[in-house]
Amino acid sequence: MKLQAKSGYAPNIPGSLAATFWLLVTIVPIYYIVVTSLKPRQEYFGSNPLAWPRELSFEAYGRVLKNDFALYFFNSALVTVVSVGVVLIISLLASYVIVRNRGAFAKFSHRLFLLGIAIPIQATIIPVYYMIVKMGLYDSLLALILPSIAFAIPISVLILTNFLRDVPSSLYEAMTLDGASHWQMFRLLVLPLSKPAIMAVGIYNALQVWNSFLFPLVLTQSSQVRVLPLSLWTYQGEFAVDIPAVLAAVVLSCVPILAAYIVGRRQLVAGLTAGISK
Amino acid sequence: MLMKSHTAPARTRQRRATSIGPSNWLLAPALAFFAVFALIPLLGVAVLSFMHWDGLGTPSFAGLANWQQTFSNPVTLNAMWLTFAMTVLCYLTQAPISILIGVFMAGEQKYRSVYSVLYFLPLLFSAAAVGIAFKALLDPNFGLSKAFNVALLSQDWLGSTNLVFYVLIFVISWCFVPFHSLLYQAAVKQIPTSMNEAAMLDGAGRVRTFFSVTLPQIKYTVITSSTLMVVGSLTYFDLVFVMTNGGPGNATRILPLDMYLTGFRSYQMGPASAIAVILVVVGLVVSLLLNKFSGTDKMESQQEGA
Repeated sequence: MKLQAKSGYAPNIPGSLAATFWLLVTIVPIYYIVVTSLKPRQEYFGSNPLAWPRELSFEAYGRVLKNDFALYFFNSALVTVVSVGVVLIISLLASYVIVRNRGAFAKFSHRLFLLGIAIPIQATIIPVYYMIVKMGLYDSLLALILPSIAFAIPISVLILTNFLRDVPSSLYEAMTLDGASHWQMFRLLVLPLSKPAIMAVGIYNALQVWNSFLFPLVLTQSSQVRVLPLSLWTYQGEFAVDIPAVLAAVVLSCVPILAAYIVGRRQLVAGLTAGISK
Repeated sequence: MLMKSHTAPARTRQRRATSIGPSNWLLAPALAFFAVFALIPLLGVAVLSFMHWDGLGTPSFAGLANWQQTFSNPVTLNAMWLTFAMTVLCYLTQAPISILIGVFMAGEQKYRSVYSVLYFLPLLFSAAAVGIAFKALLDPNFGLSKAFNVALLSQDWLGSTNLVFYVLIFVISWCFVPFHSLLYQAAVKQIPTSMNEAAMLDGAGRVRTFFSVTLPQIKYTVITSSTLMVVGSLTYFDLVFVMTNGGPGNATRILPLDMYLTGFRSYQMGPASAIAVILVVVGLVVSLLLNKFSGTDKMESQQEGA
């Protein structure tokens, strides 16, 4: 009886087949992206699109890298790092106050941030555009950083406050008795304890900013400040007949996330799902 | 009781510390950013929906003209219908696949963890990247049509008014199923094994166990994931913009795209703002309804499903 319960049902053949079918659906487009990016241009037009390249060629990658890819990569990295850095600092400070200061103002601020979670970003793009133009920031990286920070705050505060609430108040009380200031408590208690949450929020926001498309599309114009997702789109226009190069750019654009996936799968998954975890 | 051993000044210091807490000033940076770049634009979009503005000059008051135009414009009305249809069809496609794949991934078998690693891969790509890759793959001359000599697969996937809408639903599902199945995997893993064992000993088959044990046990995840899918469907902008730009004709011109094209291509910011207001209101109503329904008052992120 016990053995039976442990081994469960007989192997689920239809389930495995369906799962394998979905696996193929998932994998084939990715396989296509990779093999096509490794084909010389002539072979792309001649060969079967799903065939393995006759000879591996990295020419397409060369053409992409020659076309300012490094600049776009750097722009994306800069926007992501600055936005996420600022968001983490200001959201953590705000969450600390919301959790520890039970005044009416802190409560009101918390409500306000929660409201922000339900705002669809793209619906505010027209006034954001208006403001960015009026501020003289149009077509600059700052035009991307400032709204990215603002729209990342609500979800960050939500996750961080939920996490900080779980810190037992006896710990704060113990530190208070030891005469610690609020700043010391923040540095010695809040900061180290909320590391996993900070990590998850950081990864979540980094993915959002790294992949963001609408802000750069509307708020920038020149190639000097172009970010990666937008560059993929413009490559597609410029290299219309050079699909291997376009797909090589697609592969290169996901290298950082792939690296994160390989190095810290657990953290990446935690970060991805951070938006909905508790 | 402990208080008694303290000296009076220490006691007041302590009480002040716990009742006042850290200074409200620490909220200022977050509030400032949020107010300037999120709240003001939110009010701004409502104001602009009553203004004439071409994106360059100074906005001027328009009364209800934009709203009248929006609700009488067949393109926008069609966009509303398309958005609704896309939301429903995407949900009906994504939800069952995500649940089944999530349950599958939660299994203990070794090969399933290998599958799980591969199922994750679409999450590495941005929506723009996915759109561009599929555009190439679905090219009628050099894509899928050429890969297999099968008439069924030789279609002008993105050029046919009849097909393109369903192709987009497939690509959107391809993009977002991995995320939702991750959620379901985590939820299913938390179901105590004893419940499955009990069901099995009672003679319940696999299907019966799924409907009587698994599904009720993951009901909160179903609600969360559904919220994200439904509200997220208001934000399928990047993918559709890159793949079809609303075409052919207006066959895939969904509401967010209609807003963008009206505002930033036709320079009619007033009507575009009216569309934006509709998006905000629908988004708010849907997430509030779903949260009411789920019995939690936590609002979930809607950027997540995007």
